[in-house]
Amino acid sequence: MAVAANNALYARRRLRNNLAKGLALAATAFGLGWLVLILGVLVFEGLGGLSLSVFTENTPPPGSAGGLLNAIVGSIVMTTLAVLIGTPIGILAGTYMAEYGRHDRLSTLVRFINDILLSAPSIVIGLFVYEVMVAPMGHFSGYAGAVALAVIVIPVVVRTTEDMLTLVPDTLREAAASIGLPRAHMIVRIAYRAARAGIVTGILLAIARISGETAPLLFTALNNQFWSVDMNAPMPSLPVVIFQFALSPYEEWQKLAWTGALLITVTVLGLSILARSLTARKS
Amino acid sequence: MSEVTLNDTTLRGNEARSRAAVLHRLRATDTAFRIVTRTAVLAVLAILSGVILALVIGSVPALKAFGLGFVGSEVWNPVTEQFGALAPIYGTLVTSFIAMVIAVPVGIMIAFFLTELCPLWLRRPIGIAIELLAGIPSIIYGIWGLFVLAPFLQKYVQPFLIDTFDGVPVLGSLFEGPPYGIGMLTAGFILAIMVLPFITAISRDVFDAVPAVLKEAAYGLGCTTWEVFKSVIVPYARVGVIGGVMLGLGRALGETMAVTFVIGNAHKVSASILAPGTTISASIANEFTEAVGDLYTSSLIALGLILFVITFIVLAIARYMLLRLQQRAG
Repeated sequence: MAVAANNALYARRRLRNNLAKGLALAATAFGLGWLVLILGVLVFEGLGGLSLSVFTENTPPPGSAGGLLNAIVGSIVMTTLAVLIGTPIGILAGTYMAEYGRHDRLSTLVRFINDILLSAPSIVIGLFVYEVMVAPMGHFSGYAGAVALAVIVIPVVVRTTEDMLTLVPDTLREAAASIGLPRAHMIVRIAYRAARAGIVTGILLAIARISGETAPLLFTALNNQFWSVDMNAPMPSLPVVIFQFALSPYEEWQKLAWTGALLITVTVLGLSILARSLTARKS
Repeated sequence: MSEVTLNDTTLRGNEARSRAAVLHRLRATDTAFRIVTRTAVLAVLAILSGVILALVIGSVPALKAFGLGFVGSEVWNPVTEQFGALAPIYGTLVTSFIAMVIAVPVGIMIAFFLTELCPLWLRRPIGIAIELLAGIPSIIYGIWGLFVLAPFLQKYVQPFLIDTFDGVPVLGSLFEGPPYGIGMLTAGFILAIMVLPFITAISRDVFDAVPAVLKEAAYGLGCTTWEVFKSVIVPYARVGVIGGVMLGLGRALGETMAVTFVIGNAHKVSASILAPGTTISASIANEFTEAVGDLYTSSLIALGLILFVITFIVLAIARYMLLRLQQRAG
């Protein structure tokens, strides 16, 4: 009797174990399946519309052929400016938090706030920049778009800079201090150099993050049907053009949207893989 | 350094002076650098305060006009300038709930697979592949959801759900109405795919941090892999997993573009999750540039404020949970 009950129990436990293992396998296949499906459709739809004219012609009016030149240039210009604004602030703030005030109250508070900003809804950032820049200036502009993107860059760079500087061994700092190197010089010449790969990774990840951002640009940079590099005027960007074109009823526009989507995805994934390989080599 | 060998007194005086000058300069740059970095930290602080302040000031007109009723009213009529936030709030919560119902078990099971079952050489590639899902920009999920997922759900899944649950008391009203394709279920499903990598990555990390001796002790008692996972790993890593889930929830609540494509932008509260609805972020994305009049704009900013407060609370809980885990580890 007891043996039979034991055997039944054993069989039940084995069944349950195998069931759980099967479910785990299925869950992994489910997750990977979406990646394959999304990238597959993207490549299939995007490659079809990929041609030289995508890079040489501006966005077309409804119902005619054209390219994405102005949107690509607008995206590059705003992303560059955003990185130029956001990176120095991010690196300096991360430096303070790792080197000067690792445990003081200001750093603890800002660390918390930075983590919140890191995952805050990006559309709220757009509203913020609209309130402080677009509304007072009276018009949408490329500057406002770049500032909105910079606000997204900062927390990413702060986080990686701080993490990477914290990883620099204290013995290096002590060695520098023992030969009389002032702290600022120690940070710039020793700590930055030791943490360089990690900090660059952070910047690359930040670029990857903002090159696909749409929500904060919708009502800061708005959009522009025409060629424009005037930062003080509404500026087109690839994500916003995709948004507009994909939701339109025109087939040419939808096709361009897919092509633009492929371009963005290749850029973003390329940047993240590059960033990953930078840190992988280091460790 | 070579000056040290000189023994001319006048030169030595110069040297002392120049040495003092150098030291002075070094101290000055040191102080300057410290001040500059501190200013940058204060700038980060100012940005968050600025975000909150801008949202509060921007939403004053709407809150003045509608009071607390703003949160409880379903009406959204730009023509008569009557605005209420109930439908977007409801849509935000429902889509995020659907996302979590799908993503939490799947994410945890993937982490279980990666840490306990997967052969070592496969761990890194699969881990990276899942993390790539997190790297895909949300607009890509949106365009894919609109052109691929929504038609698929409309054609195959939704008619099946409607037929199967027709007449069943609660579930029947949950899956009611025509299969539009777009709607809250589709939006929730896309959100699930988007937050999956966050939950998986954090769960994997905390499962990995469970001490091997605990697992080995359980195996030694004759536990199966599943029993070790359920009774040893999960209880040990619970705080971290909850932190990861909250982080994913924060993302889902605030996600804009992917949802905007497939939600349908209908300002109404419907029991059926197949019906089109709207979320806070989708309403703002769809309507902000077209909003005419201060009250309309202000109502949308007030929606943004509500969204920010909700995500702030969720993310703060997530951080608190993960911090507690770190303190225990360190």
